Amino acid sequence: MNFYTGQALLEVCEKETIFISEAMKRREMELGSISEEEIMTKLARAWEIMQNAATNPIKEPRKSIGGLLGGEAKKMNAFRKAGNNLCGPMLSRALAYAMAVLEVNATMGLIVAAPTAGSSGILPGVLLSYKEVMGVLDDVIYKGLLNASAIGYLLMRNASVSGAEAGCQAEVGSASAMAASAVVEMNGGTPRMCLAAASMALSNLLGLACDPIAGLVESPCQTRNSIGAANALTAAEMVLAGITIPVPFDEMADAMYRIGKNLPFELRETALGGCAGTPTGCSLGCNLCG
Amino acid sequence: MNFLSIFDVIGPNMIGPSSSHTAGACAISLLAKKMFRDDIQKVTFTLYGSFSKTYKGHGTDKALLGGILGFGTDDERIRDAFELAKEHGLDYTFIIDEKTVMNHPNTADIFMEDGHGKELFIRGESIGGGKMKIVRINNIDVDFTGEYSTLIVQQIDKPGVIAHITKCFAKHEVNIAFLRLFREDKGAKAFTIVESDETIPEHILDEIHENEHIRELMLIQV
Repeated sequence: MNFYTGQALLEVCEKETIFISEAMKRREMELGSISEEEIMTKLARAWEIMQNAATNPIKEPRKSIGGLLGGEAKKMNAFRKAGNNLCGPMLSRALAYAMAVLEVNATMGLIVAAPTAGSSGILPGVLLSYKEVMGVLDDVIYKGLLNASAIGYLLMRNASVSGAEAGCQAEVGSASAMAASAVVEMNGGTPRMCLAAASMALSNLLGLACDPIAGLVESPCQTRNSIGAANALTAAEMVLAGITIPVPFDEMADAMYRIGKNLPFELRETALGGCAGTPTGCSLGCNLCG
Repeated sequence: MNFLSIFDVIGPNMIGPSSSHTAGACAISLLAKKMFRDDIQKVTFTLYGSFSKTYKGHGTDKALLGGILGFGTDDERIRDAFELAKEHGLDYTFIIDEKTVMNHPNTADIFMEDGHGKELFIRGESIGGGKMKIVRINNIDVDFTGEYSTLIVQQIDKPGVIAHITKCFAKHEVNIAFLRLFREDKGAKAFTIVESDETIPEHILDEIHENEHIRELMLIQV
């Protein structure tokens, strides 16, 4: 069994009466010569790494190699714990955890690219927050990871998840779409609703430039991961509330890719434009001034 | 298009911060170490293109050194590669070449020495998402990824050498996925690179060695 588009995935799910997570698992077993047990073992390892990365910097903050970040997740967590947070428990945790993973990444720690290192905070941030606030077991999270991987696979195949190729919308946008779809399935939404949430999450970040200061995966990448997490939860909640989006996932993926191809060179990970190209960005090291 | 797995999306598990500048760099040098096989006393890395400009902020240097120490791309010891190399008595040098323009922006050369005259030069490209390929061995251009079990045969470009190699594989019923020949000149040094989906048994090597034109064999198992 295979599917090359969101539409085809939807048809598989509706014909077999299965969730997206199950469709992705069956595809992997049939085409990837891997057993269900091996898939679950690898998912459990990925989830273990994700949880460590989302929480370790809260206990032990570290300064990044580029020096532009360190300690943000700890601050966010302390702010929430002091009862000051504005965003509510689910979103507040997701923001902190997403930032934590980027701190681990920027300090040469162990992360799971999901789908890339630069967007590695979004899926663990959203999933760990969901797990803690909703009190679900890891089995539910694994379904979320499988669901997210189906969305990510379609975006890798039919669009791009590379900042150098299609901007931050392809990295943070894709990760956000993956997390949005995962949350919808974990919360009992249908495959159709998952794809709508993915499409909505993508649409909200269309055009986002990849403009890392000094060419490092630090700033604005870390806060963009928080926004990706917030966007995922927002899209999931809107779809679960019954809100629809007119443009289907496949067309939105295509729109994202075409925008990416039209983004100027300066806004595709070259550290020449956007945040990196501002006077302050340049003073911190850019490819214009060397 | 290659099969995209769940774990191509949720993965790789890697040391940050960059799949191309950190994980891919480590993967190149880990493969180089496997090709060298013997104890490495001295290693010289040359960094080109984007590697040469951003290696510090991406830990490319630590990742390259980590690979030579045998660390995988998900090994947290990469962070301490400089200290660990010193503890192992590994002599390492980095040459930063910002001028030479390479085919791929993320290119590194690795020159390994065992201190007793054995040397090996490898050039690798980090091609994105943690994936990489080896594009040069000594002075011969090659192209392979190490994603399959790989036998690298160094030979003299003479008739019958390839037939001999494939005969040995056939005899032991090892299926060849890809086989390619790279040479510097007609009748000069050449490399045959054989990739297989399955493990290549070690005892094939002795039989392959029986051909007079075969100089050296390097086996990399997945």
